[in-house]
Amino acid sequence: MTDSKYFTTTKKGEIFELKAELNSDKKEKKKEAVKKVIASMTVGKDVSALFPDVVNCMQTDNLELKKLVYLYLMNYAKSQPDMAIMAVNTFVKDCEDANPLIRALAVRTMGCIRVDKITEYLCEPLRKCLKDEDPYVRKTAAVCVAKLHDINAQLVEDQGFLDTLKDLISDSNPMVVANAVAALSEIAESHPNSNLLDLNPQSINKLLTALNECTEWGQIFILDCLANYTPRDDRESQSICERVTPRLSHANSAVVLSAVKVLMKFMEMLPKDLDYYGTLLKKLAPPLVTLLSAEPELQYVALRNINLIVQKRPEILKHEMKVFFVKYNDPIYVKLEKLDIMIRLASQANIAQVLAELKEYATEVDVDFVRKAVRAIGRCAIKVEQSAERCVSTLLDLIQTKVNYVVQEAIVVIKDIFRKYPNKYESVIATLCENLDSLDEPEARAAMIWIVGEYAERIDNADELLESFLEGFHDESTQVQLQLLTAIVKLFLKKPTETQELVQQVLSLATQDSDNPDLRDRGYIYWRLLSTDPVAAKEVVLAEKPLISEETDLIEPTLLEELICHIGTLASVYHKPPSAFVEGSRGVMHKRLPARTGSGESTESPDVGTAAGGSAPEAAPSIIPSQGDLLGDLLNLDMAPPTTSGPPPPTTGMQMGGMDLLGGGLDSLLGGDLGGSPAMGAGFGAAPAVMPASLNAPVGGGLGDLFDLGGGVGMPMGAYIPPKIVWLPAMKAKGLEISGTFARRAGVIQMELILTNKAMSIMTDFAIQFNRNSFGLAPAGPLQVLTPLGPNQTIEVSLPLSTVGPVMKMDPLNNLQVAVKNNIDVFYFSCQYPISMLFVEDGKMERQVFLATWKDIPNDNESQFQIKDCHLNSDAASSKLQGSNIFTIAKRTVEGQDMLYMSIKLSNGIWVLAELRVQAGNPNYTMTTIRRSGS
Amino acid sequence: MIHSLFLVNSSGDIFLEKHWKSVVSRSVCDYFFEAQERASEPENVPPVIPTPHHYLISVLRHRIYFVAVIQSEVPPLFVIEFLHRVVDTFQDYFGVCTEAAIKDNVVVVYELLEEMLDNGFPLATESNILKELIKPPTILRTVVNTITGSTNVGEQLPTGQLSVVPWRRTGVKYTNNEAYFDVVEEIDAIIDKSGSTITAEIQGVIDACVKLTGMPDLTLSFMNPRLLDDVSFHPCVRFKRWEAERILSFIPPDGNFRLLSYHVSSQNLVAIPVYVKHNITFREGSSQGHFELTLGPKQTMGKGVEAVLVSSQLPRGVLNTNLNPTQGTYTFDPVTKLLSWDVGKINPQKLPSLKGSMSLQAGATKPDENPTINIQFKIQQSALSGLKVNRLDMYGEKYKPFKGIKYMTKAGKFQVRT
Repeated sequence: MTDSKYFTTTKKGEIFELKAELNSDKKEKKKEAVKKVIASMTVGKDVSALFPDVVNCMQTDNLELKKLVYLYLMNYAKSQPDMAIMAVNTFVKDCEDANPLIRALAVRTMGCIRVDKITEYLCEPLRKCLKDEDPYVRKTAAVCVAKLHDINAQLVEDQGFLDTLKDLISDSNPMVVANAVAALSEIAESHPNSNLLDLNPQSINKLLTALNECTEWGQIFILDCLANYTPRDDRESQSICERVTPRLSHANSAVVLSAVKVLMKFMEMLPKDLDYYGTLLKKLAPPLVTLLSAEPELQYVALRNINLIVQKRPEILKHEMKVFFVKYNDPIYVKLEKLDIMIRLASQANIAQVLAELKEYATEVDVDFVRKAVRAIGRCAIKVEQSAERCVSTLLDLIQTKVNYVVQEAIVVIKDIFRKYPNKYESVIATLCENLDSLDEPEARAAMIWIVGEYAERIDNADELLESFLEGFHDESTQVQLQLLTAIVKLFLKKPTETQELVQQVLSLATQDSDNPDLRDRGYIYWRLLSTDPVAAKEVVLAEKPLISEETDLIEPTLLEELICHIGTLASVYHKPPSAFVEGSRGVMHKRLPARTGSGESTESPDVGTAAGGSAPEAAPSIIPSQGDLLGDLLNLDMAPPTTSGPPPPTTGMQMGGMDLLGGGLDSLLGGDLGGSPAMGAGFGAAPAVMPASLNAPVGGGLGDLFDLGGGVGMPMGAYIPPKIVWLPAMKAKGLEISGTFARRAGVIQMELILTNKAMSIMTDFAIQFNRNSFGLAPAGPLQVLTPLGPNQTIEVSLPLSTVGPVMKMDPLNNLQVAVKNNIDVFYFSCQYPISMLFVEDGKMERQVFLATWKDIPNDNESQFQIKDCHLNSDAASSKLQGSNIFTIAKRTVEGQDMLYMSIKLSNGIWVLAELRVQAGNPNYTMTTIRRSGS
Repeated sequence: MIHSLFLVNSSGDIFLEKHWKSVVSRSVCDYFFEAQERASEPENVPPVIPTPHHYLISVLRHRIYFVAVIQSEVPPLFVIEFLHRVVDTFQDYFGVCTEAAIKDNVVVVYELLEEMLDNGFPLATESNILKELIKPPTILRTVVNTITGSTNVGEQLPTGQLSVVPWRRTGVKYTNNEAYFDVVEEIDAIIDKSGSTITAEIQGVIDACVKLTGMPDLTLSFMNPRLLDDVSFHPCVRFKRWEAERILSFIPPDGNFRLLSYHVSSQNLVAIPVYVKHNITFREGSSQGHFELTLGPKQTMGKGVEAVLVSSQLPRGVLNTNLNPTQGTYTFDPVTKLLSWDVGKINPQKLPSLKGSMSLQAGATKPDENPTINIQFKIQQSALSGLKVNRLDMYGEKYKPFKGIKYMTKAGKFQVRT
């Protein structure tokens, strides 16, 4: 006799029949009837009409019947709220039953009745149950608070249930603690700003104690809650880690993953040189590997999380490559994830194994998987340089199979390999061209066209090949059309004689016959370029392309950090921040990994370092006009201003009376900086935001730059530091790129350098030397590059400079010739330092002395400039200049004009006195400087 | 937390639904059905499916999809582990976990689900506790219940639920006190064409059946605990003692349970117990293929290899096979292209082999992929990793229990590429 009989009532008048049975006097019959009702309910039949009859059965001593009725109530109370009130009394009575099981059951069921009218009646019984002597009732009541909060949050707060719940965290029973934590976490999710789970060391201690004794589910809640805590220091962090590590051996994978989350987060605070840090890293690997031997669904979630962990800390699993090898009967979603992690773990040490596996996968049946495997081979080539050759030959083998989709994928990835290693593997182009006809996917076609265009000079019949594509131009996808247009233009630039017709054809197709604005615009641009300036066109179209990076698919570091804090959640499965997609988590606060606070050598977390290192070179654009010309113009005033595309010649402010070349050209230098030069003249007065910093910086950033600070670069009072620019491009120095700037910090001149290794081998043994220069600048110490610089690594060094070196007048005056040596070669470059760097701190002259000196100096030594469009009042200007050691001695106001008198002392003892006139409301300043030779 | 649960059978019908919070319309499963349609094989349905307002997390067990619906951020593993627990409980209660069994016991199923989760929070998932709350249906009990009108719902507060050893009920009494431990190891391996091992790892478990009176406290020690560096324990095991002394000390649950599972990692050398010689070729332009397979024992520590079953998914182009096994029986399903050969025991003196030809579909080109061979086998009385139990002691009770330990090695995912 089974329950299936309950499903077989399909007769007419079924409800009517049930009604009769429910109202029967016989207990047995009643129970059978309720069972039938429940069975109908489960298969989705509407039996809500029986509500009053079923509720009548509630008053019973029979526990099973009671439970069945409760089940029914929970389902239908919402649709029959008025009827549900009838049940309230029974609940209240049951909450005072002698049997804790009944009390718990009543409080549990009550919370499930989602009817507003009823909830009010439930507060009193709930309050009692929260303080019940039996922990089983307490823990059930704790969950009931969360249920009630879901129905009526205000009511829960008004009744003070939240405080009671917080008190339960200190309960003596671990189960109660766990449920209280779970309930609070759920409530907190809808109250992102409330301090419900206010964690402090005491409460953490209680949680850790409860962690050992509660059920597996409770452990998950507690661990997830722990993960939100930020320890005060590394010692607390370590002690929590020590108490959480045993959870890694739990049989429940969710416990394991939550423990991994806590450890990954708190590890961030441990100093890396600590022994415990290494131990912890070792302990993390086995549980992660074990997760992969579980059921496929668990594996999938685990793999998505491992993907994050591997990106954050590759060292944990670097020896475990083999567990990610794909078994042929893994579900497809597991296969694809494993493949992704294999590529992330690929390194020189294991690349041979990985490639052999990938090649094996490329012959499997599943098309998606095969495609991804072929792509993976390409990614390996880009990631591990030593393997590139092997990867290419593997890809060629695969192309020989002539399996259509394999060939297409292979061509797409070979294009990337060409971009990563130009001029290395072009010998395979012939093989690729053989497969031209079989390409039917836009991405593969576009890739092939790109290859043909890029290497047009080496492919004899490039024009024929491209012409064949051109026939069906209008049927191609945009991607292919754009690529074809560019490729033909490239071809034309390389072989102009024989392809004129072709290029005209494609340009007219793109510009006249196409509806696609992108295509048209690109066509017009090429057309104009080709017709006006073929040389420029060549420079633009055939410009050197940036190398593609090996890890284009890495998760962005800040997102990665946030995801690491959410290991084990849906966010980690989708690799999206939790705020982005889960409805329940409105306004979740962004979580961050804690910063390392240990006494260790570095106080910043490693990613911060790399992020800064990675972005710095970008900040230094390499378009620099040669400033030598500008100063040259200055010194030879009679020379005509450049007539080419340069900025218009200065229109104002060029009253350089008494040019004193003998005086070391100092005036001219200052003058140049202040607005004398053509380029400066244009740029100087412009609003700071418009003024391209890179144009100014090389000129040496004189006073003009100092004023430029008005743009609020973020250094309110400090000395002006021009942005870093590239001094030595990697092309000229066998892969070493140097960019830098000069700064004066705490009275010491610093040369701040960024060294980037863009070569493929390690660089060591760095040293630096200066040629003799105008102000005797010399390194005050050796170049501090202690660790070898690996490929694609960047290091920032600052080199303190002294001004006691040998002196030689340079032209321009602030030119500095530098030699840098490493294990590869010696490289030379020259750069210009801002003159303001040489202004010393004791440059404030006594007022009396100032007056006397001012009068003493002959007028010949005077020069005058105008500074345009400087929207600072005199006081702000004065304080700004003081930051760069230009001291205001006195200020006076004459006829609405502010006159500021200022003094500057250079490192070689030369004094410069200046007068700055500021007229209120007039953004143009007038500045007069006079110079006196060293006293 | 977990909102609702839908059970879906292989033909795509929802045959049971349970809601722990508000009712979620079953139309939410349409997203699941869509994913199911897209998947080529039933097991390829992705475990986590997003819908506009909910997330569906599913597991496929015994050809039933258990689809859980969640609305807020919930750890997916938590949900999956819970679903596993549901499956295990059903199996425990009804012997099998099938659509028929669930429908036959629908009331018990509901009572169980109601006890297992409260508002989405797990409540009672330990089999011991559940059995005290809701007695499993037996024929005898059903008969008795019908006659006496009693129920299969327990009257008492389940005592285990609050004790410090929630996994064990109190007042256990047996006339024969016995404790059996099975050390079962599964070897997962990938062997490449040339016969060399690409990966090999061992997943081991120690399953126990303990029927002891009172509150016994057991310790189990190993000859070579060093092997166990990656272990997951049942919550009853005292972790500190293991860390310090490498001894398993625990108060066992009553009845069957998994004491621990372990993993001997791919970095240790794993002995491969069988070898396969194979020669599967298709010739260009010919409609025939050659098939030859020989099995032999290797590193089995003197124990016989039994229950050997070879299966292989042949390429789609294969129409039929004509093969001769030297022992056992073989079948080939022309629809699914699955070849399976039930070998039985390997006799080291006379190695089993399967030879013959395969015919290809007319006009079919030479298949691109090479079939992978899957092998199942058992080796009794030996654990491949060499793990050995040293002794089992009991404290806390006076009687002398009967103890037994059994070892077995099985093939897990043992694959040979050709």
